[in-house]
Amino acid sequence: MAPLNFVLVGVGGQGAILASDILTEVGIQAGYDAKKAEVHGMAQRGGSVITHIRWAEKVYSPLIGKGEAHFLLALEKLEALRYIDYLRPGGIAIVNDQAIPPVAVNIGAASYPDDDRIKGALGEVAEKVLFIPALRKAEEIGDPRVVNIVLLGALSSLLDVPDETWQRVIERRVPQKYLELNLRAFREGKKLA
Amino acid sequence: MEKELMLGNEAIARGAWEAGIEVAAAYPGTPSTEILEAFARYPGVYAEWSVNEKVALDVAVGAAYSGRRAMAAMKHVGLNVAADSFFYASMTGAEAALIIITADDPAMHSSQNEQDNRRYAKFARVPCLEPSDSQEAKEMMKAAVEISEAFDTPVLFRITTRIAHSAGLVTLGERVTRPQKLSEFPRNVPKYVMLPANARLRHPVIEERIKRLEEFAETFPYNRMEMGDPSLGIVTCGVAYQYAREVFPEASFLKLGMTYPLPKRMVKEFASKVDRLIVIEELDPFLEEEIRLMGIPVEGKSIFPICGEFDPTVVREAAIKAGLLPLEARVEIPKVEVGELPPRPPILCPGCPHRGVFYVMNKLKLAVTGDIGCYTLGALPPLSTIHTCGCMGAGVGQAHGADKSGLGERVVAVIGDSTFFHTGMPALLNVAYNNGKTITVVLDNRSTAMTGHQGHPGTGQTLQGGKSSEVMIEDVARAFGIKNVYTVDSYDIKGVEKALKEALAKDEAVVIVARRECALLPEVRKNYKPLRVDPEKCNGCGLCFRAGCPATLRSEEIDPKTKRPKMKIDPLLCTGCEVCAQICPRRAILFRAQLD
Repeated sequence: MAPLNFVLVGVGGQGAILASDILTEVGIQAGYDAKKAEVHGMAQRGGSVITHIRWAEKVYSPLIGKGEAHFLLALEKLEALRYIDYLRPGGIAIVNDQAIPPVAVNIGAASYPDDDRIKGALGEVAEKVLFIPALRKAEEIGDPRVVNIVLLGALSSLLDVPDETWQRVIERRVPQKYLELNLRAFREGKKLA
Repeated sequence: MEKELMLGNEAIARGAWEAGIEVAAAYPGTPSTEILEAFARYPGVYAEWSVNEKVALDVAVGAAYSGRRAMAAMKHVGLNVAADSFFYASMTGAEAALIIITADDPAMHSSQNEQDNRRYAKFARVPCLEPSDSQEAKEMMKAAVEISEAFDTPVLFRITTRIAHSAGLVTLGERVTRPQKLSEFPRNVPKYVMLPANARLRHPVIEERIKRLEEFAETFPYNRMEMGDPSLGIVTCGVAYQYAREVFPEASFLKLGMTYPLPKRMVKEFASKVDRLIVIEELDPFLEEEIRLMGIPVEGKSIFPICGEFDPTVVREAAIKAGLLPLEARVEIPKVEVGELPPRPPILCPGCPHRGVFYVMNKLKLAVTGDIGCYTLGALPPLSTIHTCGCMGAGVGQAHGADKSGLGERVVAVIGDSTFFHTGMPALLNVAYNNGKTITVVLDNRSTAMTGHQGHPGTGQTLQGGKSSEVMIEDVARAFGIKNVYTVDSYDIKGVEKALKEALAKDEAVVIVARRECALLPEVRKNYKPLRVDPEKCNGCGLCFRAGCPATLRSEEIDPKTKRPKMKIDPLLCTGCEVCAQICPRRAILFRAQLD
């Protein structure tokens, strides 16, 4: 089994930790050793967040080195650009087409990069760049909070792991009353990719 | 055996439970918080949030004196608060295991410094254990308990953020409890009463103890040689071991699970087997100095950084620079021109009750000493309110010092509710006792919010779901002898301003309790009601942006007169706190009552 490194980025509060929990557990269920590294505390307060997930026969470092991520998964598009140097040349970027302007942008002290700049830069490194309307899809389904699961759904279409494995892990990690919602988010995400 | 994916902190809790620890105490602090949260859920244990780390450690000591295995957990700077207790506990030992967990924070993800707490182990003559992943974290808690009881010593269990908050698979085991238990508190005066006469007799005991531990380290199973290519020998520990294994797959390793005291013979043997000896360790050159003191040539911080945390890139690049790896070992890092990106530092959440208070303080141009908590973020623009932040409980004392310095400018201290109970109380008592004139604003959001909403004496909620009386900060202030005590609603901008102006007019100490629940608490979330902007009224003046709320955005619509973008509200983020609505001079932001 070839090792796989995933960098999951976004803004504190977008559900990066749940998504990374699920992704790590899916790796284990698929027969890999897996580790993840996440950020708690102050950084979570609306700040830029990055979590690392690794699948391999044997994982040593919980952190992924720069240029070593096979997948860059972004819950927010500016954050995709911020962590572009983690992406391995020829890797894949899956980006939720959502902008959360930082306060510096709102007060006019900085400008938010346009889509061409983001797509252009990602395209220079990645073999494939998927911009997906994950937030819109999550809202359609009925809850913007499942945007993280929509993104995982999109990722699942590019990995050789059976859907049942993903579903089993989601069942374990999500409260019963939100299970249907999350499973639907996963299926819809898969269609987006 | 059953396996589970666990954070390092969860694995420590599991290891503590399996090792028969019965009593645990802590004050929440990133990256240590989840240890007690996870431990508290196991059956047959007592776990509490203590008011601060020093108290937590004394609680653990008391339990260990009573023959119950005990632990105290804290972030690295928490051990500064608990240091006094840490040193006496080393002198006395206990009747059962006493484990102190320190969670250090290289890179300062959520801290004010990068102190390396292995220094405390040597300082207090206490053994230090360091796991390298979740599985080891669990196993080594058991080893720590055994060492503590075999050598009658506290054990310092040191982790770092990347151990605490990384997850890996852990094999679960059974709980083993201590066979015989005391039913009476020990009355062993020479051992437990550190009067000078007794302490003088104890000091040689702990010096001799550390020598025996040094001998024990030679056979400690978590100190091991992994021999590979002998041209390079790497001594390493903790998470740095993982990075080193990744970057140097061929090298020889001396992997230390006990980083104080060192197994000297093992180190010498390892050094003699390799051509070049290096140490890969985060933060201080702790192992490096110990090895150099043994007269063995070694390199470490001349190659690898002393500041910040490592990752495979940091280790690899430093190794290439030092000629330890060929240039071809370099991993290609994408060099893409992305231009300047807007920063996204952590920020006060939408609906945060601190925002309005800071907005007023900024407007009044006050000098403000700050403290540790979410509210430290009030230092950042556009609120730019806090002018100091040192450590827990420092702000009130600093403001009092400024008051007594003859400076002339009235300095205001802000402190959170949990921090007030942690170390703010003695500082406020000191203001009252010394007839100070400090204005202390307690930002009471009814929670230890930054670390994830833990209870404290003001909430009346204990860690294991118990209830206790809710301590009112106003009552504490009055009991201290402070006459001017105000209570305001943090969301009431006018009320906050009025209280602050009245306080500034007084020539004596004032306490203002600005109270409003943290907007992320579940019961508050139920009452979110996103506000709307009336675009007819908004002229794009931008005053609302000075509150720095992430939910207030610039719209695409430009006001024809001011030529500035009108404001809009993100309905997904807005909680309906109405702070921006109160700030708006044109009343363009609709209040809750104005919405349908």
